[in-house]
Amino acid sequence: MKAFKEFVRKEIYHISRDYRTLFVLLGMPIAQLIIFGFAIRTEISEADIGIFDKSKDHVTQKIIDKIVSSGHFKLTEYIESPEDMEKSFRAGKVKQIIVFEENFAHKLGRGSAQVQIINDASDPNVAKILNMYASTIILDFLKGFNQNGMAGNIVIAPQPRMMYNPEMRSVYMFVPGLIVLILMLVSALMTSVAITKEKEKGTLEVLLVSPLRPQTIIIGKVIPYLLLSLFNAATVLVLSRAIFGVPFKGSMLDFAIVTVIFILVALGIGIVISTISKTQQTALMISLAGLLMPTVLLSGFIFPIENMPWALQLFSKVIPATWYLIILKAIMLKGLSFGYFWQETLVLIGFMIFLLTVANKKFKVRLE
Amino acid sequence: MRNIRHIVKKEFTQLRRNKQMLQIIIVLPLIQLLILVNATTFELKDVTMIVSDLDKSATSGRLVERFTASGYFIITGSTESAEHAAKGIDSSKAKMILIIPNGFERDIYGKLSPDVQLIINAEDGSAAGLIQSYASAIIMDFNQSIVRKIMRIPEPEINQGIEIRDRYWYNEELDYKFYMAPGILAILVTIIGLFLASMSIVREKEIGTIEQLNVTPIRKHEFIIGKLLPFWIIGLAELAFGLIIIKLLYDVPFEGSILLLFGMAALYLIVVLTIGLLISTTSETQQQSMFIAWFIMVIFLLMSGLFTPIDSMPGWAQVLAVLNPIAHFVEILRRILLKGAGPSEVQAQFFILLAYAVVTTFLSTWRYRKVSG
Amino acid sequence: MNNDNTNMNTNMNTTNSLGYDKAIVSENLTKKFGRFTAVDTISFSVDKGEIFGFLGANGAGKTTAMRMLTGLLLPTSGRASVAGFDVFTQTEEIKRNIGYMSQKFSLYEDLTIGENIDFYGGIYGLGRSELKTKTSEMIEKFSLGDAGRKLIKDLPLGWKQMLAFSVAMIHNPQIVFLDEPTGGVDPITRRRFWDLIYEASSQGKTIFVTTHYMDEAEYCGRVSIMVDGLIEAMGRPNDLKLQYGCDSMNDVFVKLARPE
Repeated sequence: MKAFKEFVRKEIYHISRDYRTLFVLLGMPIAQLIIFGFAIRTEISEADIGIFDKSKDHVTQKIIDKIVSSGHFKLTEYIESPEDMEKSFRAGKVKQIIVFEENFAHKLGRGSAQVQIINDASDPNVAKILNMYASTIILDFLKGFNQNGMAGNIVIAPQPRMMYNPEMRSVYMFVPGLIVLILMLVSALMTSVAITKEKEKGTLEVLLVSPLRPQTIIIGKVIPYLLLSLFNAATVLVLSRAIFGVPFKGSMLDFAIVTVIFILVALGIGIVISTISKTQQTALMISLAGLLMPTVLLSGFIFPIENMPWALQLFSKVIPATWYLIILKAIMLKGLSFGYFWQETLVLIGFMIFLLTVANKKFKVRLE
Repeated sequence: MRNIRHIVKKEFTQLRRNKQMLQIIIVLPLIQLLILVNATTFELKDVTMIVSDLDKSATSGRLVERFTASGYFIITGSTESAEHAAKGIDSSKAKMILIIPNGFERDIYGKLSPDVQLIINAEDGSAAGLIQSYASAIIMDFNQSIVRKIMRIPEPEINQGIEIRDRYWYNEELDYKFYMAPGILAILVTIIGLFLASMSIVREKEIGTIEQLNVTPIRKHEFIIGKLLPFWIIGLAELAFGLIIIKLLYDVPFEGSILLLFGMAALYLIVVLTIGLLISTTSETQQQSMFIAWFIMVIFLLMSGLFTPIDSMPGWAQVLAVLNPIAHFVEILRRILLKGAGPSEVQAQFFILLAYAVVTTFLSTWRYRKVSG
Repeated sequence: MNNDNTNMNTNMNTTNSLGYDKAIVSENLTKKFGRFTAVDTISFSVDKGEIFGFLGANGAGKTTAMRMLTGLLLPTSGRASVAGFDVFTQTEEIKRNIGYMSQKFSLYEDLTIGENIDFYGGIYGLGRSELKTKTSEMIEKFSLGDAGRKLIKDLPLGWKQMLAFSVAMIHNPQIVFLDEPTGGVDPITRRRFWDLIYEASSQGKTIFVTTHYMDEAEYCGRVSIMVDGLIEAMGRPNDLKLQYGCDSMNDVFVKLARPE
């Protein structure tokens, strides 16, 4: 036991002496949290638009005023010719141009007038949303304009209600994702690199000839990383709650149980990677390209899985992070308990048993 | 000049020998453009929805039909119990619940405005926003046409009011891949350039050859140019490779001048490579430099407007975006490829990148020293 | 007191074949890292064509001193010149006139010997035909045969070290700095390595070599022994043995390095 303690101590020295790596490990999650929390907004506000008003009368002016005062748009360009429209789009000055036809007020008074909403659809989603904003405002205007009971004033009003995240803040979704990423990063990537480093430097041989059992060596090596990742995850949890008010609706116990299972999965992956790679470089490459990239991209962390082609959807199912993320969101945002996610938990346990068995076998094989 | 050639030759020989690196250089663009472009889609389709039609009238049926006919929504359940509907969202069976109130049809005939409730799972805020706008668009459409028909307003009067025509320029089909593919190309060029450059010096440091090079009469600028030139060539080759892939796979339009595109990429790569070099000269081990390069890249990427528009970021983040070379390159690629922007329409980005290149080149050469203090 | 000792030894050694012409001169050369003085006012000179052994325990300051002389590290104070060039202001000129083999292995492991020669030789401005001759010369000299086409990493350590030495001399420098060139090499290869050093010396080249192996010290024309940043003794091996009343350089070294 004393030897074991010394071993863990040595590992902690390694980690704390390499302050650049430590800075990245501790700084990255916090930086990301701040970016997701403050910088990345899903709501589109003050989008730059242009107006091409061929009529310039009191009605078009009223509509323009209404559009500008809505908060969704910022009028940056007055456009005078069709050629200018192209130019403004190409130079990225506007995302939308609203075109009023000639004699707008006059035509409207006689029945119908036309307005064109031209969107820069190089970003399709923004285009669609801005188009929706603009047409809503114009229709709304019409409702007020036709006081004399025309069809326009019977409007079915959609009453949206946003569940779990009323303000639609992206930080809600990213906090569980960040926790997954941190656990993966520290438990799997750092572990694989640290073990491979000992291998590369020849110090692993020295350890293996010591009276310590191989399993003890591995456990000794991974414990500091485990502590570091738990600390890291806790920091994100506390900061997200203190600064951004991200809720934690479910039970801490459920969270702890599932998290420990997931950490064991991640450690298993890390050990398996270390047994198949000869150099730190390889370990790092496998971990970054084969582990972190899929975790970030395909687990539903940033991009919704339902939108992906079926092949990628299928692939996302063999990524442990996908399952953990589902559970984490259910606990934190929805406040659900095991009754709802026992299947996902079983899948995770399956991953854990499989990976730890493989890791144990692989490591023993290396000894003989 | 001759010395530069010797270093370039050596770098290429070493690269040729490094099978793993070669694989990465060739496979990475393929994987990125195949997987990333498909994975990073915020395109909305097949949104699962539970219908709670409490009115059960012909009109409410028509509204529901509008949703299914749009192609964006699929109904995965229908219930009259609010509790059941809520459970559907809890268990992720549906993203949205559409609740049509009792008396919906009656209200319409009575010229009252009935409310329709949309309950949306907003864990993912941006998807929720998009679902809301699609659903609202459908309801608005319903307002304009169906209601009028129900009320039997005579033909000429259908045109009463303002006729709104919407146009989607540069991407009529609203194909999300057109938007993402140029962005992923920007990531590709950045990753390759940044990682190769950030490993360059520190690798020689670790294996010890840097000392040997430092006692040779080779000049500082020769060494740096010789080291970076191969990566610069590789970066441009990757860009060409990537352009071919996105044309073949996704048929992304190339509206603008490819020459202009490569010119801008050449400048951008200088910025990326010198940043990588700076990381490399300040790190002690390859592991460190890789972590730092990765850290910087993730931060730059998230703030680059690749996934979320810079316009809707807060003021300070928009200021930071001006300092973010990736943001400019993403914008350049999209502008030239999709909108056919000419030199005058990317000149602002050009000057910013130029200034950046001057500063980072100066910093990285200043930081690299043949003689230590 | 140390300086007196040093000067006395230097004066005793003016009978060199090349007389007054010095390859390396160091006067009170000092390097401090913060409060720590790695090299403390060392003074010595090395004649042209001499094999000068630079001995000392690990951490005594040998490598730091050598890094200053090769222009890799800027000294804190003192004066020194190498091949007539100042180590403060003319580091690039020095680099054109010296060869250097560092403690860390300096050839690219993933290149062949020919490619290493092309690269390093190219940097020193050797022409294409010259490079070709050098390569075939070297392959013949070390009877590499087919191994000449192998990557460096596939060669045994002994060969690697000898090749590294030859590559360090590719541009025919007048002064060669060797930093523990024979670390980890077997005795037979070490012997052959020293043959190479003698060969270079006989061509009039100055050799400045650091080593741990005291038997190697005996091969040097003159040695200096560094302890804690100071030069404690300097002179011909035989003179030093006499002076300290020892049978071997090993005993001299132990006596100086561990005064108790």
